[in-house]
Amino acid sequence: MSYSTKSPWILHYDASSCNGCDIEVLACLTPLYDLERFGIINTGDPKQADLLLITGAVNDQNKGVVKQLYEQMPEPKVVVAVGICACSGGVFRECYNILGGIDTVIPVDVYVPGCAARPESIIDGVVKGLEVLENKLNKMREGTL
Amino acid sequence: MGKRTIVPFGPQHPALPEPIHLDLELEDEKVIRAIPSIGYVHRGLEKLVEKRDYEQMTYVMERVCGICSFGHSYGYTSAVEGLMGVDVPERANYLRIMFHELSRVHSHLLWLGLLADGLGFDSLFMHCWRIREKVLDVFEAITGARVIMSFCKVGGVRKDVSPDMLRMVRNVCDDVEEEVRKTSGVFMKDSSIRNRLCGTGILTREDVLDLNAVGPVARGSGVENDARTAEPMYRNLGFEAVLRDEGDCWARCIVRVDEIFQSLDLIRTAIDTIPSGEFCAVVKGPVPEGDYTFRVEQPRGEGFYYVQGNGTKNLSRARVRTPTNINIPAMVKALQGCDLQDVSMLVITIDPCISCTER
Repeated sequence: MSYSTKSPWILHYDASSCNGCDIEVLACLTPLYDLERFGIINTGDPKQADLLLITGAVNDQNKGVVKQLYEQMPEPKVVVAVGICACSGGVFRECYNILGGIDTVIPVDVYVPGCAARPESIIDGVVKGLEVLENKLNKMREGTL
Repeated sequence: MGKRTIVPFGPQHPALPEPIHLDLELEDEKVIRAIPSIGYVHRGLEKLVEKRDYEQMTYVMERVCGICSFGHSYGYTSAVEGLMGVDVPERANYLRIMFHELSRVHSHLLWLGLLADGLGFDSLFMHCWRIREKVLDVFEAITGARVIMSFCKVGGVRKDVSPDMLRMVRNVCDDVEEEVRKTSGVFMKDSSIRNRLCGTGILTREDVLDLNAVGPVARGSGVENDARTAEPMYRNLGFEAVLRDEGDCWARCIVRVDEIFQSLDLIRTAIDTIPSGEFCAVVKGPVPEGDYTFRVEQPRGEGFYYVQGNGTKNLSRARVRTPTNINIPAMVKALQGCDLQDVSMLVITIDPCISCTER
């Protein structure tokens, strides 16, 4: 696992989640699950982040914010959609103010299912995201990305 | 007097787990005015009532907010039961109270952690969240889920809790109480925490009454505003509202700490006196015409539920008035005149839940 040699930083944004997935993302960083042992730190600054963790679906008000955060992140970058709302809109799919999953606005690399997504699956998603990050980095070095 | 500057705060900000935007009007380092704007997490789930029947709607309502999810399903189902005239079994009521108070314990511990994080006290944040996991383990053992439990349904609860399980919950309560006693001592005694919390963000009793604040924000300023005092179930369990008079950030913090102990006592009394019998009543047929309201004391304050039936399986209206929504004017008032550095901490002390606010 060559990707464990890197210490990727994550940026978390709550698009229109019900909070359930947000607190599970935070719970990943606390002693029971402790993502920090993989060198992963939750940062508030998009310019320092490698992974963007987004919970919740997109609406008109926040799609600009999501796009802006994504564009501010340096390449290579990976987007992880956490929870069923971020994947497809979930239980709120038919709400009038929901446009759909995160992939309607920005490209998503890893989809984490669940309502709310369990910390174990979020960690799994992040580790999968690291693999994607490594691939993108290699492609960048070869000049094919 | 310096020049006025406007500093944007949010929607994405390291101190905020959820998106809210504030325009802070500053004079040097002092906040003169804070103008909030919301709408980043609005989903419009109340309108889903037209597409989902009243039973399915329980699970949509539960997703108003992931932290107080049980309280929302409790309030909604109670309102529907009132409208339909369902007699909820006594055991179900006790189990609901047990879960509701456990939710309060986990929500307040989560908040204490966020406050510690806002103060830059990272190890305290970790400890609060470590203790909180014990409560989540109880949820997981009984319902199979950690945050959104789908335990409430119209007529009662989804499954019974065995005596062994209840004993386990009681033991966890003892365990959590001991841990909270150790950890909360830091909030009460640590001089660096008291320096930041004591005397900042003062809301007087008059402010609270004028701005209609609810929950721990009101109780921290000596206003007895607790929906639980009116509930006969809670009166039987010997409930009395926790009050403080100081009105500052520290008072709001201590109200929540005391409420953790109080909730743990309520859970233990409920477990000791729980009657045996059915855990769910049979509910049949469409919802009759008419409307009904119900109040629930959420961890963040009073939640108000309104349902309107039209004789079909679908309700014609389901409405929630959530505590954070009402507390935003109080937050704006508390922000006036504070230092820029205290803004994130002050926003946290009203325990904002934006997904509740916007639904």
